[in-house]
Amino acid sequence: MDETSTPTALLVMQGISKTFPGVRALSDVDFEVRSGEVHALMGENGAGKSTLIKVLTGVHRRDSGSMTLDQHDISPQAPIEAERLGISTVYQEVNLIPQLSVAENIMLGRQSTTAGWISWKAIRQRAQQAVDRVDLSVDIDCELRRCSTAVQQMVAIARAVDLDAKLLVLDEPTSSLDTKEVEELFKVLLRLRESNIGIVLVTHFLNQVYRIADRITVLRNGQRVGTYATEQLPRIELVGKMLGKAPQEVAEIESRTATVSDTTPSSEKMLEVSQLGRKGTVEPFDLDICRGEVVGLAGLLGSGRTEAVRLLFGLDRATTGKLKVDGKRIDKPTPRKAIRAGVAFCPEDRKREGVILDLSVRENIMLALQASRGLSDALSYKQQLELSQHYIDALKIKTPSTETPVGNLSGGNQQKVLLARWLAMNPKVMILDEPTRGIDVGAKAEMETLIESLRKRGMAVVLISSELEEMARTCQRVSVMRDRMKVGELANEDVTDQKMMEMIAQHHDD
Amino acid sequence: MNRISERHVMLAVTAVVLMVLFFGASMRFDGFSSPFVIADLFNETAFLGITAVGMTLVIISGGIDLSVGSVIGFTTIFVATMISDNGMNPVLVWAAALALGTGFGCMMGALIQVFKLPAFLVTLGGLFFARGMAFSIKKESVQIDHPLYDAVGDIALPIGGGASLSFPAILFLILIAIVVVIAHRTRFGRNLYAIGGSEDSSLLMGLPVTSTKIGVYTFNGFCSALAGIAMTIYMDSGNPINAVALELDAIAVVVIGGTLLSGGTGLVAGTLLGILIYATIYQITYFANLPASLATISIGTLLLIFILAQQSLRRLR
Repeated sequence: MDETSTPTALLVMQGISKTFPGVRALSDVDFEVRSGEVHALMGENGAGKSTLIKVLTGVHRRDSGSMTLDQHDISPQAPIEAERLGISTVYQEVNLIPQLSVAENIMLGRQSTTAGWISWKAIRQRAQQAVDRVDLSVDIDCELRRCSTAVQQMVAIARAVDLDAKLLVLDEPTSSLDTKEVEELFKVLLRLRESNIGIVLVTHFLNQVYRIADRITVLRNGQRVGTYATEQLPRIELVGKMLGKAPQEVAEIESRTATVSDTTPSSEKMLEVSQLGRKGTVEPFDLDICRGEVVGLAGLLGSGRTEAVRLLFGLDRATTGKLKVDGKRIDKPTPRKAIRAGVAFCPEDRKREGVILDLSVRENIMLALQASRGLSDALSYKQQLELSQHYIDALKIKTPSTETPVGNLSGGNQQKVLLARWLAMNPKVMILDEPTRGIDVGAKAEMETLIESLRKRGMAVVLISSELEEMARTCQRVSVMRDRMKVGELANEDVTDQKMMEMIAQHHDD
Repeated sequence: MNRISERHVMLAVTAVVLMVLFFGASMRFDGFSSPFVIADLFNETAFLGITAVGMTLVIISGGIDLSVGSVIGFTTIFVATMISDNGMNPVLVWAAALALGTGFGCMMGALIQVFKLPAFLVTLGGLFFARGMAFSIKKESVQIDHPLYDAVGDIALPIGGGASLSFPAILFLILIAIVVVIAHRTRFGRNLYAIGGSEDSSLLMGLPVTSTKIGVYTFNGFCSALAGIAMTIYMDSGNPINAVALELDAIAVVVIGGTLLSGGTGLVAGTLLGILIYATIYQITYFANLPASLATISIGTLLLIFILAQQSLRRLR
C-alpha cells in the first residue's frame, strides 16, 4: 500500500531529520504532497507532526534531508520565506492580530502602497475578495477579536489562500470548531482542492480524515510509518499504525474504554449546586454529583458549559445560587476557597490557564500542593521527586526527566502534568474542561481510562468535551446546555451521542 | 457597536475629559478660555509633547522607553555647551544631537531585539547612561546666547487675539501630524500595531518584526533629541538636570491619551489630547493659585481613573 513519489508531486520532503536538545524529533522522514489533494498527516503526540510542519514552513531548520516544491529545491529560513515560495500555514491557535480589523489581518505585511502610503481602499477591496473566495460572510471592518473562533480560523485561511498559496498547511484547524463550522471549513477546502492547491491537514479527528483526506501519512516516534490512500486503509489499521499496535490490541483498547464499568456511584453527594448562575453568562442551573460519578456537560461552544464550571470553581463570581462541596456550603466561591474545599479544575486552555511552560514537570506537579501547604511547610526536594515520579509513572507522562521544562512536552503530556498537579491535592471534585482537546487518539484513550480510575477512587468528576462519543463512553450522567442554560439531563443508558445531539439540537431554530 | 473599536471609545473618553476640564475651568476662571491660555497649553508642553509622540509608537508596539528624560537632559547640555563654549554653529549642533539621540535609540532597540532583553531594563540602563553622560559634559546650567536662537525665539504663529504658538509648539504639531499619518498609512505604522497586538503572530505572518522594533526605538531616540532641542529653544539654556523623570510624564500622557500600555491599541491623536489634558491641569492650578503639587496629584489620580476605565471598558465588551 505504501506509495512512492509520483511525477505529479508538488512537495517532496526526503530524509528529513531534526534533533532538539535531548530529543530526536524527526529521523529520516519522507513526505510528499500532490497538487489538488488533501493529505492528512497523523500520529500520536510527540510523533513529530508539528516538527515536520515547522520544518516545512521555515520555523525550524532541518538537520538533514532535502525539500523540493514544484521540482525546485527549497530551504525556507522563516515563515515569510515559505509564504513567498507558496507555502501558507494556518495554525491551531489562530495566529492573527486580535486588535486589528478582519481586512487588515488579511492584508498585513502586503498592503498595496503608492510611494510608501497604504491605500485603505485597496486593502478593503482585496480583503473582501479574499473572504468572498472562501465564502465567508463577515464584516471586514470588524475587529478580529469580536469574531468567533471559527470565523477567525476562516479569516486565517482567507489570508493564506490570498497569498497565492500552492500548498496550504492546516495545523489542527478543527479543534475548536463545532460540527457545522467544520462542514463549512471542509466545503472551502474541497473548493481549494479543485483549484489544484495541495492541502496538508494535521488533525486528530478520524471522522474528518475519512471524510475529506485523499491520502494519509502516519508518523510515529519521529519516523514515517507509511503513506496510504484513504479508501485502502481501514480505520482500525490507521489507529493501529498510529499507536504502533496490532489491530486486535486496538480493539481491546477501544472496548476497554467503551464499557463504563458497573461500579455504581454511591448516593453520597459530593457536589450540590442549586440555582447557581451569573447574569448575562449562565442562567441559574442545578447540578448534583455523587461520589464516584462522572457527569458530563454537553453543548456546543458558547452554550455556557465552560462558563458554568468557571462558576463552580469561583473563577467568575456567581450572582445567584448556592454551592456545596461534600456537604459544606461555600459562600461566595473563589478559586482559593474552592481548592480548600477539595475542588480541582483543569481548564480548557492549558497553555494560558494551566501549566507553566518554563517550569519543570516536577515544579508544575507540586505547584498546587505546595501552595495549599503554605511557605512554612515546604515539601523536601526528595518528597517532591518521589511524588512527581509517582505521577509520571501512574499517568504514563512521557518526559525525559522530572526536571524537563513542561514546554518541551507534547500537548497530551502537558495535559497529564496538569492533571497530576490536581491529583496530588487528592481532590473530592475534579472539573475537566476539554481534557482531550488537541491530543491524539492514544492519549485520549488513556485519558478516558484515567477518568474511569478517578471515578473508581470515589472522586466526583465534571467533564466537558466536544466529542459526544467520548462523553457517552465516560459519563454516567450528562447535563445538556444550550444558549447559556441547562436544558436537560440524560442518565445511564440514555447517555448516547445520538440522544445528546438531539437534545442539543432541539428547538434550535426558534 | 461592532465597528466602533475600543481605541475610538477611549479617544472619545479622553476628549470628553478634556472638554469637561477646559470648559469647567473657563466658567470658573475669567480669561481661561483666552487665546493666550490656549497658546500656552501648547507652548509650555511642546517638548513633552514631542517625546510623548515617540513614546506613543513605542507603547503601541508593546514596548516602553524609560531613557527619554535622560536623553533630553543630555541633549540640552550637549547643545548648550557646543554652541556657547565651543562656538559651533547651532544648526550643525542640532544635527549632531539628533544623530546622537537617534543612534542611541537604535542601539537600545538592537539590544532589546537582538538579545531578546526586556525593554524596561535596557532603557533603564539607557536612563542612567544618558544622564551620566549629561553630567560628564557639564555639571551646571549653560546659557545659550546666539543670534540664531534669538531668531528662532522670535518665530511665532499667530492664532488670533494677539496670542501665538512658539517654534517648539509648531514643531510638535508638525511632528504629531506626520506621525499620525505614519501610524495609519504606512506598513511600518501598521506593523507596530500588529507587533503590539501579538509579536508571535506577527512573526508567523512574516512581518519584519526585528527592523520594526529597532526602528521604533530609533525613532523615539530621534524624538527625544528633538524634544531636547525644543527645550533649549524654550529655555535658552541647557542643564544636565533637565527633564528628570520626564519619561514618566510622557508615559502618563500617552496612557491618558487612550493608548493601552499592553500594546496593540492606541491612537497618536489621543496623545495630543493627553498633552492638552496635562497642560490644562497645570493651567488650572496656576489660575486657582494652587500649589503645583496639586497638579501632580491630579494627574496621578486621573491616570488611575483612566486605567480603571480602560479595564472596565474591556470587561464590558
